[in-house]
Amino acid sequence: MAHATATVDVMRPPAPAERGVDVYNLKLGMWVFLASEVMFFTALIGSYIVLRFGASPNPWAQPGKVLSIQITAFNTFLLICSSVSMVKAYASIADGNVKLMKVWLLVTILCGATFVGIQVYEYTHLIHHGFQPSGYREGSELAELAAANPVPYGAATAGLYGSTFFTMTGFHGFHVTCGVISMTYVFIRALRGKYSQQDHRGIEVIGLYWHFVDLVWIILFTIVYLI
Amino acid sequence: MSGIAAAAPAVHAHHDDRSFIRKYIFSTDHKIIGIQFLFVSLFFLFLGGLLAMQIRWQLGYPGRPMPGGGILPETMAPGGVILPEYYIQLVTMHGTFMVFFAIMPLLVGVFANYLIPLKIGAHDMAFPRINMWSFWSAFTGGLVMFASLFVPEGAARAGWTMYAPLSARHDLSGAGLGQELWSISIVLLGLSSILGSLNYITTIINNRTPGMTWFRLPLSVWALFITAILGLLALPVLSGAAIMLLFEQILGTHFFDPAAGGQVLLWQHLFWFFGHPEVYILILPAMGMVSDIVANGSRKPIFGYHSMVFALVGIGFLGWVVWGHHMFMSGMNPTLGSTFMVTTMIISVPSAIKVFNWMGTMWRGNLRFHVPMLNAIGFVAMFVIGGLSGVFMAATPVDMPIHDTYFIVAHIHYVLFGGSLFALFGAITFWYPNMFGKMMNERWGKIHFWLTMLFFNLTFFPMHILGMGGHMRRIYDPTQYNFLKPYQPMNTFITIAAFALFASQLIFALNFILSLRWGKKAPLNPWEDNGLEWTLPTPPPHGNWDRPPTVYRGPYEYSAPQVAEDYLPQAKKLPTDREPAAAPVAGH
Repeated sequence: MAHATATVDVMRPPAPAERGVDVYNLKLGMWVFLASEVMFFTALIGSYIVLRFGASPNPWAQPGKVLSIQITAFNTFLLICSSVSMVKAYASIADGNVKLMKVWLLVTILCGATFVGIQVYEYTHLIHHGFQPSGYREGSELAELAAANPVPYGAATAGLYGSTFFTMTGFHGFHVTCGVISMTYVFIRALRGKYSQQDHRGIEVIGLYWHFVDLVWIILFTIVYLI
Repeated sequence: MSGIAAAAPAVHAHHDDRSFIRKYIFSTDHKIIGIQFLFVSLFFLFLGGLLAMQIRWQLGYPGRPMPGGGILPETMAPGGVILPEYYIQLVTMHGTFMVFFAIMPLLVGVFANYLIPLKIGAHDMAFPRINMWSFWSAFTGGLVMFASLFVPEGAARAGWTMYAPLSARHDLSGAGLGQELWSISIVLLGLSSILGSLNYITTIINNRTPGMTWFRLPLSVWALFITAILGLLALPVLSGAAIMLLFEQILGTHFFDPAAGGQVLLWQHLFWFFGHPEVYILILPAMGMVSDIVANGSRKPIFGYHSMVFALVGIGFLGWVVWGHHMFMSGMNPTLGSTFMVTTMIISVPSAIKVFNWMGTMWRGNLRFHVPMLNAIGFVAMFVIGGLSGVFMAATPVDMPIHDTYFIVAHIHYVLFGGSLFALFGAITFWYPNMFGKMMNERWGKIHFWLTMLFFNLTFFPMHILGMGGHMRRIYDPTQYNFLKPYQPMNTFITIAAFALFASQLIFALNFILSLRWGKKAPLNPWEDNGLEWTLPTPPPHGNWDRPPTVYRGPYEYSAPQVAEDYLPQAKKLPTDREPAAAPVAGH
C-alpha cells in the first residue's frame, strides 16, 4: 500500500510529446542572456535614480549645460536607424536575398561603429573641458563655470553626475562595441555563405542583442541627457 | 544488475581522438568541466579552511604566537603573533573564498555541469564552448583573488560583504591593490556565473531526452534550474556593484561617498539584493541533491514530489524580496524593515515543507546508511538548526541585539557548513563512482562523517551562546572587553574543536585523493539508483550516449511492486510501458 503512488505513473498514458519550447537553443540562450543584461543595467540605472532623485537635495546640472544634446541626438538617431537596417537584413535573408542581407548588415555595422566613434569624440571633449568620473576637474573650464553658476552646473552634485554618466554610458558603449565586433564576425560568416533562407539563426540572434542595446540607449538618452 | 544492463541503451566505446589539451584543459565536455571545477574549488575550500584555523588561533589564544606562524612575513604576523590588520584580511578572505570560490562552484560549477546533461539524457550542454569560458573565467577570478593575498599591504580588508566606504577608500581600509583585485575577481566570477546559468537554463528547457517531462526531472535538476535562474538574475547586480566599487577605487567616482552626495546604503542594498538570492544559490542545489540521495537511501519514492518542486520555486521567488533583513541595523526605514521581516518569515514555510518531506521519505523506509545517506541526514538535521536560528534573525526585535555577533556566525555556518557542505560530502561520495569509476572508501567515509558531525557541533553550537553574550563578529581580541572575558574559556574550547574539525577534513581529502588511484573499481550502478547517469559506463564517454535514452517514469520509483529489485530506473522499459509520443526535436 505504501507503494501505491509508485505504480500510478506507470499506468498513465505516454508522456506528452513536446519537450522544451519551440525555440532553438541559440535564440533561447540569447533571450536568457538578455534577462541577465537587464539586471546589469538595472543595477546601474537604479543606482543613478537613487542617487539623483532619491537622496540628494541638491539639483543636478541642467540638461544641455555640460553634455551636448545635439550631438547625442544625432547619435541616437543613428542607433535607431541601425536597428531598422538590422531588421531589413533579417527580412532580406528570410526572403532568401543573401546579397541584400549583406548590404543591410554592413550598414548596421557602420552605424554602430560611427556611434562608438562619436561617443569617443564626446568623451574626449568632455574630459578636455574638465568633466571626468570624479566630477569637474579642478582648475578646468567647467570647474570655473560651475563656481560662477553653481545651480545650472550642479556644482554640489558634480561628483555623482560624473560617476553615473561615465559608468552608464561607458558600459553601454562597451556593449555597442561588443555588438559591432560580433556583427563583423557574423558578416564574415555571411561572406563565406554560412546563412541561407533556411538557416539564418546567427542573423536573428545578433539582431536580438542589437535591438536590446538600442533600447537601453533610448532609456539612457532620456534619463541622462534630456532630464 | 542485469535489469540495468537490459535497460541501458547501447553504448559503444567512442573513438576519442582529441588531444590532451582539448580533452582535459580547454575541454568543452560538461563532465570534464565539472571535474575541473571540483579540483579547483576543493583547493579553495582547503585554503579557506586554513584561513579559518588562523582566525580560530587568534580568538582562542589572543596575542600568543601561532605555531608555524613564523613563516608569515613581518607585516602579517611578526614572530607568529597575528596583527589586527592581518586578522581582518583573514576574516575577509575566509568568507570570500568559501562563499564565492568554494561552496558556490562546488554546488553549481561542479554538479550543475556534471549532473544536468547526464540526468536529463543530453549529449552535452547547449553551449559547450560558453561552458568552457565559464570555467576559465571563474578560474581566472580565483587566481586573481588568490594573488591578492600576496600583494603589498595584503588582501582586501573590508569583510566579505565589502561595506562602503571602508572598501571604497584606500585611506580607510589601508589596503590598495588588494581591494581592487577583490573587485576585479568578483566581476570575473559574476561573468562566469552568468555564462554558466544561461547554459544550464537553456539545456534544461530544450535538451531533455524523450519522455523526460518537467515532472519527471530529478529534484536535483529542478533545484539546479531554479538556482540557475537566481544566478542569472542576481550575479549581474553584484557585477554592477563590484564595477562601481572598482571605479570608486581606481577612477575616484563618488557612488558611495557621502561627502559628495553619494549613498553608503546603496552598496548594502545592491550587495544584499544579490546576496540573498545568493544564499539560496548556496543551499538549493544541496537540497536537490539531498532529495535524490534521501530517496535512494530510503528505498522509497520521495514524499511529495510536486510539493518539493513548488517549494523550490517558492523559495526561489521569495529570495528576491527579503534582502532587507540583512540591514535591520543600517538605519533603514522601520516600516520597510517590518515588510522584510514578514517576507523573510514566509520563507520558512517552503523550507519546512522540504524538511517534512525528507522526513516523510525516510519514515518507514528500508534505510540504507551508506555514506551519502549519512551525510544527507546530517544535512537535514543541521539545516533545521540553521533554519531555526535564521527565524530568530528574521524577527527585527530579536535581530537587534544579536546583529553582527557570533550568533550570526553560528547561523551562517550551520547553513553553509552543516547544510551545504554536508550535502556536498554526500554528493561527492555519491557521484564519485560515476565521475572516476572508483568507489571512495566506505569505512573512512563513515569515520569522516561522524567526526565531522561531532566536531562541527562542538565548534559552532557554542557560538550561539557567545553571540547571545554579545561577542562581536570580526573582533580581533575579545579579551579587551571585561564583559567578554568570562567567555574566553569557551573561545579556547571552540578553537580546539575547530582544529579537530579541520583535521577530520583531512580524512576526506585523503579518501578523495587516494581513491582515485587505489579505490575499489565501481560497479555500473553502485547505489542501485534510478537516474539516467547510471546507465552509462563509468566514467561516461565523451558525448554520453550514442542514442539518447528514453525515459518511462519519474526518478523516484523505489520498491515498485512490478519489479523484483527495489529500484526501477527511469530508462528501464517494462512491458506495460508505452513509448513517449514522438517529440519534435527542439534544441540544437
